[in-house]
Amino acid sequence: MKNKKYLNIISVIVGIIIWQLIASIPNVSVFLASPPETVSAFMDQVRKGSMFIDIGYSLFRVLGGFAIGLVVAIPVAFLMGWYPKFSGLVEPWIQFFRTIPPIALIPLVIVALGVGESAKIVVIFLASFLVMVVTIYQGVKSVDITLIKAARVLGARDRDIFFKVIVPASTPFILVGVRLGLAASLTTLVAAELTGAQVGLGEMIQSASLYLKMDVVILGIVVIGIIGFTLDKIVLFLERKLTGWQETRQM
Amino acid sequence: MARDKTNVKVDIKNVKKMFNTRNGEVVALNGVNLQIAENEFVCVVGPSGCGKSTLLNIIAGLDHPSSGEVTVNDEIVKEPGPERGVIFQQYALFPWLTVQQNVEFGLKLKNYSKEKCEQEAKKYIAMVGLSDFLHAYPKELSGGMKQRVAIARGYAINPEVLLMDEPFGALDAQTRTQLQSELLHTWETEKKTCFFITHDVEEAVILAQRVIIMSARPGRIKNIVNIDIPYPRTQETKMTERFNELKNEIWAQVYEEYLESKK
Repeated sequence: MKNKKYLNIISVIVGIIIWQLIASIPNVSVFLASPPETVSAFMDQVRKGSMFIDIGYSLFRVLGGFAIGLVVAIPVAFLMGWYPKFSGLVEPWIQFFRTIPPIALIPLVIVALGVGESAKIVVIFLASFLVMVVTIYQGVKSVDITLIKAARVLGARDRDIFFKVIVPASTPFILVGVRLGLAASLTTLVAAELTGAQVGLGEMIQSASLYLKMDVVILGIVVIGIIGFTLDKIVLFLERKLTGWQETRQM
Repeated sequence: MARDKTNVKVDIKNVKKMFNTRNGEVVALNGVNLQIAENEFVCVVGPSGCGKSTLLNIIAGLDHPSSGEVTVNDEIVKEPGPERGVIFQQYALFPWLTVQQNVEFGLKLKNYSKEKCEQEAKKYIAMVGLSDFLHAYPKELSGGMKQRVAIARGYAINPEVLLMDEPFGALDAQTRTQLQSELLHTWETEKKTCFFITHDVEEAVILAQRVIIMSARPGRIKNIVNIDIPYPRTQETKMTERFNELKNEIWAQVYEEYLESKK
């Protein structure tokens, strides 16, 4: 485990060195800012006062859309797993929308909701909801039938089975859903901020690219990546806390 | 052992069970009749697919007969009830609960106080010798320990009838022998009516007062053999002539059905 952490750090350092080397190739340096240039772009943005506003707005949209997605996905997925009739009604629509890239919905969302925050949150909500509902539903469906039988012979009624067996048994799948949902939220962010955002990391990349400020573009990409990485680490931490009981492969 | 009308605990009356499969209707049980007396230990043996588990599920109330009925204490079984406990081959422990919480699961559903749950759980965990593992999760236990927890959990709700579906089937030979001895000891001290399914004839003979031999599908009772070996039985019992006589007799009949099922 400790070894793995060292390898992670080494990998990041080597990555930055390679980035630096590639960025120093004359023809490449035109569009690929080097690490020091990206850091100075960061300092510029901070000095301008826009960096943390952009991060703040983007985080708000990502977490807002994701949170609503999760709050809706959990009950829908459980209802689908518990009542076959409900899943019969809902599943075709989920499968239908799942294949549509969120970006294709943007013109529709702009017309319907304008260019305010709600439009962006709706797009992110849709993207994360669809990923999470499918994953969690899969988890609810795959709960070991013997555990349900065991609970029933110990005197559990439907309510007990739901709260004391289905919910805990599905927790690992909820957390996988959360990880995938967060990733979907972030990947949809830039698309969502195409809906006429004034601030945000997606908007920062957009407007920088208009003026060919490639260092700011790279900065935006790096910051989004770091946010995604950090959020994923937080979820992994929760996963260890909540589902430590799981049988895992020992390496 | 005398079986008059008064001490019949489980009465299986002409139970038939049909399943609809892609290949049409399959008859799993074809008219099974069996009376099990209070505190009796019966083992059921038969080739795989003969409907042993289906019969157990019907007694447990997890499955319903297509016709016929099962009564426990003269009441028709419709769903699982607290007077019947089940122990599964796959242990079926809740992996997110500790040993103690697993054993408390059924006690809490009875709305016992926290103290009573804890006290009862600890008593039965001690009975299976796992007092040092109260707070361990199932993943930290060996197969034999997991099954001990399942046995403790089954006993804790204090059922009158214990239904066991090949509980030791997944264990290695040594652990199996040990758990057989422990189960015998428990049964002798805390009498319960036991319905025990196994594919291991030796296990059936060492445990049971009566061994029920089931035929190949469609499942019927082919024969019932009384095991006239007195308790307490130990591993040494397996060396005796009578034990081996009975074992061979039953084995021959099971093997006949096994060949039948291959046809």
